[in-house]
Amino acid sequence: MRFVFKTSYDRDIDLHKDGWSRARIALLVVIFALLPFAVGDYYLAEAANTLIWALAGMGLMILVGHTGLPSLGHAAFLAIGAYTDAALMNAGLPFLVSFPLAGLAAGVFGAIVAIPAVRMSGIYLAIATLALFVIVEEMVIILEPITGGVGGIFAPSIEIAGIGFDRYANLANFYWLVLAIVVAVTWCYANLLRSPTGRSFLAVRDSEVSARALGINVTATRALSFGLSAGVTGLAGGLMGHFIGFFNYEAFSIFISINLLLVVTIGGLGFIQGAFFGAILITAVPQLLAILRDGLGGWGVDISAIPGLDTAIFSLILIGFIVYEPAGLYGRYLKIKAYFTLFPLARRDMFRRNKTYVKTERMR
Amino acid sequence: MEVLQLLIGGIATGCIYGLVALGFVLIYKATEGVNFAQGDMMMFGAFLALGFVNSGHMGLPFLPGVLLAAIVMGGVGYGIDRVVVRQLFGQPQFSLVILTIALGFVLRFVAGTIWGYTPVVLETPYSGRSLSLGGVIIGYEDIITILVTGVLTLLLWAFFAKTRLGLAAQAASQNQMAAYIVGVPVQRLNSIIWGLSGAVATIAGVLYASKGAIDPNIGLLGIKAFAAAVIGGFGSLPGALLGGILIGVVEPLAARYLPSGISQMSPYVIMLVVLVTRPNGLFSQIQAKKV
Repeated sequence: MRFVFKTSYDRDIDLHKDGWSRARIALLVVIFALLPFAVGDYYLAEAANTLIWALAGMGLMILVGHTGLPSLGHAAFLAIGAYTDAALMNAGLPFLVSFPLAGLAAGVFGAIVAIPAVRMSGIYLAIATLALFVIVEEMVIILEPITGGVGGIFAPSIEIAGIGFDRYANLANFYWLVLAIVVAVTWCYANLLRSPTGRSFLAVRDSEVSARALGINVTATRALSFGLSAGVTGLAGGLMGHFIGFFNYEAFSIFISINLLLVVTIGGLGFIQGAFFGAILITAVPQLLAILRDGLGGWGVDISAIPGLDTAIFSLILIGFIVYEPAGLYGRYLKIKAYFTLFPLARRDMFRRNKTYVKTERMR
Repeated sequence: MEVLQLLIGGIATGCIYGLVALGFVLIYKATEGVNFAQGDMMMFGAFLALGFVNSGHMGLPFLPGVLLAAIVMGGVGYGIDRVVVRQLFGQPQFSLVILTIALGFVLRFVAGTIWGYTPVVLETPYSGRSLSLGGVIIGYEDIITILVTGVLTLLLWAFFAKTRLGLAAQAASQNQMAAYIVGVPVQRLNSIIWGLSGAVATIAGVLYASKGAIDPNIGLLGIKAFAAAVIGGFGSLPGALLGGILIGVVEPLAARYLPSGISQMSPYVIMLVVLVTRPNGLFSQIQAKKV
């Protein structure tokens, strides 16, 4: 156990507990920044994909993890971000303008939708977001002049101040761009959580009644969280569009929404780190399956003959996590860490889940 | 005449949505949980029936085959609750949502592995035949769908209103702790309700399959059934059925008379409008949460 001697009140709300924790984060960023020199193009593209998923995961984490509102339709905001960005760039705007506008468009749309939506409680909101997703998907097909309809749309390559950030021609540059955006968003997110706004998100999540009693406008807070979440997801959508290159409405199917939920749930609800853990898992499993497929092929077992296997494996992983480790990968990491820092004082019941008896909200 | 034709087809389709929605409402009414895998349970039930009935598979007669499928699916529903869902007893509602979504994917994978992903047709003794009433052509399958749905809704309503088990289920959802105290075996009851919901899903699946080919992805119909359940007000059996019929009727009419694309959106637009204007559905049982 380390103790920090605090000499000012600001230390209480500092992002990092001590210089050691700050140094670790800096080291992590440096390692990520040096990645293009260490790995080949294939794995670099995968790393960029992971970062984009982590960004989208952070978007959903604000909503599900920190405000406690479920959403089954976040692929809609990915789609809005991707299409806005691509359409604006096709209209001749530079990336530096179109990219923030894409996030803004998704965010404003999210906030507008949220105002009626957040009055609903859990299940209803989940279903409403699902409906919202279907509507956006149909809108994409209807708005053919902007979105290319069923045929799809091409995301032009990015160029800032004469330097190319094309996903194929200058993969390292593209990777650094993604990394810079992810680092910036993560920094803002971490700071948000120690601001009054972020604290009110947590308060609304933990107890709506007490949050209201403390003078928080619950509806406004939820709508703000919904808008922020949609905005960040929209940014991720813009990047995802550039990563895929050419996409149509099928790129943002309901399965993407589910995968996003998987990212935040398996990663660990309520932790920024969780979004990254989840993103790593969701991009690594298909790779591992491919490696396994090649390995088993040598043994005469052909698992590629079974379609839909990776979805099934994802689902089984998800079921396993929900049943046995609802706190996710990051929660498990924290538990293991607590076990070692407290050694030998850790007890089994330290992390016991609270069970509650259900009461209906009908017929009250 | 054209409108009448569309109307009858719409009502029959709506009955299927309504039946799937009844499955949701059953589980919600009894356990306060929402089963997002209901559509996939319907799909799985339809495939089980196909496996029992079709001449290429086991080749049982139609009615015994369907009943057997319903019973097996009831067992599957009971098993799902007993093995997986019960682990989440007392956990937040939202974890059940994610869990059942994942379960739906697993069911879809199992069905796809056993029966393949290409559309197949369930052999029924009545599909393809039709009745002509003064210029309006009604398929036998539509009549049977409407009749079966009506009977099933009445039975389920009677189950909740009259039987000991149904009353216990209502009690368990209204106040779990109180139900425990008066001796209701809440966990076993939940499993029974899941089994019942599986059987209802099978019947919905068979009715759906008699209207056309099925493949493992028809479970996505569950999303529409959700809209139906929400429009009717979650927790109301007749509401779910009427919501389903409303959607079923609006869809073909919108496809016929409105620009393309509106029809696919219409169920969800109706649902959002209902959610915004009457957040608790048309047949509301919920009053505002008081603090």
